[in-house]
Amino acid sequence: MIEKSVPDKVLVHPGIVRVTHWLNAVAILIMVGSGWRIYNNVPIFSFVQFPLWATLGGDPDLTYARNSDVGFSNALLWHLAGMWLFVVNGLVYLSYALLSGRLFRKMLPIRLRDLVKTISDTSRLRLAHDDLTVYNAVQKLLYLGVIAAMILAVISGLSLWKPVQFQILITVSQGFQGARLVHFMCMSAIVLFLVVHVALALLVPQTLGAMITGRIRKPALHSGGVRR
Amino acid sequence: MSIRTLSRSLFRPSGGIDQSPLVENKGLVETLERRLFLRQGLSLGALTLLTGCDISNNNGVQAMLQGMSHWNDRVQAWLFDPTKLAPTFSEAQVLKPPRFNAFYDIKEVKPIDMATWRLEVGGLAKDKRSWTLERINALPKVSQITRHVCVEGWDYIGKWSGVSLRRFLQTIEADLTAKYVAFKCADDYSGSIDMATALHPQTQLTTDYADEPIGDPYGFPLRLRAATKLGFKMPKWITSIEITNEYPGGYWEDRDYNWFSGL
Repeated sequence: MIEKSVPDKVLVHPGIVRVTHWLNAVAILIMVGSGWRIYNNVPIFSFVQFPLWATLGGDPDLTYARNSDVGFSNALLWHLAGMWLFVVNGLVYLSYALLSGRLFRKMLPIRLRDLVKTISDTSRLRLAHDDLTVYNAVQKLLYLGVIAAMILAVISGLSLWKPVQFQILITVSQGFQGARLVHFMCMSAIVLFLVVHVALALLVPQTLGAMITGRIRKPALHSGGVRR
Repeated sequence: MSIRTLSRSLFRPSGGIDQSPLVENKGLVETLERRLFLRQGLSLGALTLLTGCDISNNNGVQAMLQGMSHWNDRVQAWLFDPTKLAPTFSEAQVLKPPRFNAFYDIKEVKPIDMATWRLEVGGLAKDKRSWTLERINALPKVSQITRHVCVEGWDYIGKWSGVSLRRFLQTIEADLTAKYVAFKCADDYSGSIDMATALHPQTQLTTDYADEPIGDPYGFPLRLRAATKLGFKMPKWITSIEITNEYPGGYWEDRDYNWFSGL
């Protein structure tokens, strides 16, 4: 893909990052929505049940009329179809991010000093967003954390789907219910990230635009120039 | 969707609006409307994706999901290792009695009348004589203590004993190169598995649970046990076995559940 140069704008997200980001957003909605419907059938915690409207698997009445099942089988179909989008798209992104070095350049290093400073600045409502081409320490930690949660979600999901073929994973997670719990924790981490991620993107809309067009206005020089 | 009519506004000119520019630029107005329609259509599509409630009942979406399920059947057959055994457990971990599960309540279980019960054999087998329980029990017995996993998410450890299905298929001289082994049950349930799983060392025609004849609610006199399949793939109260190359489907498989459903 040829990226045309626009004089006063700088490319922050190459095309492949933007495409995989939005495909991943769709995949996450499918996996979480259908996963919640599957979870509701036999909850891990009796006090945690997801509202029907937030789940994926079809209108229970319509589905029941078609196949005498209230949409549980439909949610499973969604989950086991969506996993391909989630995994293949995730592998494309990770291959690019690792091979191009983007992952290390953007997410590392995470220094404790920077982490403390970012947290104290943010707690005093001083959101430093003068240079969107670099991530602050908290962003780095959250992005790496959610990537790790997604990888673990895939591994624990694989162990639930194929507990005999990949029995080592079941052994590690102390049985089938242990693997379910790990899978549930990964989902919780991803959803918590999503809430913060969407809220901040709406708070600083320029970041949302950057993930669509790939570009942002060149940061002012006093913020340290263009660091990539 | 109902069309809302505009109520009379104070700001509307009483004499009506000059319509001539609309007529003069008819073509332009129409393209604008078409674009607007397109854009609204797109955002409507995005909205249904978010709620998810209607999209699942769309025929095109159903076809896509079914297509992916068939693809998953092929991937699972490829992932299935015919020599890989499911983990086994100790006698102390066995759940007694086993957990009941059917497409109806335990109170509705109709015990089998053993005076008339026979196991029928059909399809691609040379010896199609029907079997009494005595004849089945005369075959060599195998046991396993393995994990039973339900598609719903629960699991338990159980001890099942009976005839190895491979041994049974050899005894009736079944065509072991056929694709499917199908089962019919006394409660109108049905199911089918792939031949590779049928020949797996931990697949058996079960007559006993925890060293006792399997109880009425759990499939007496005969149920399938396959340590490499989800629970619903193992029919209970079996009355017939058929070896076939034509896809037989099954009770839950015909209701959108994935056919292979291997572990």
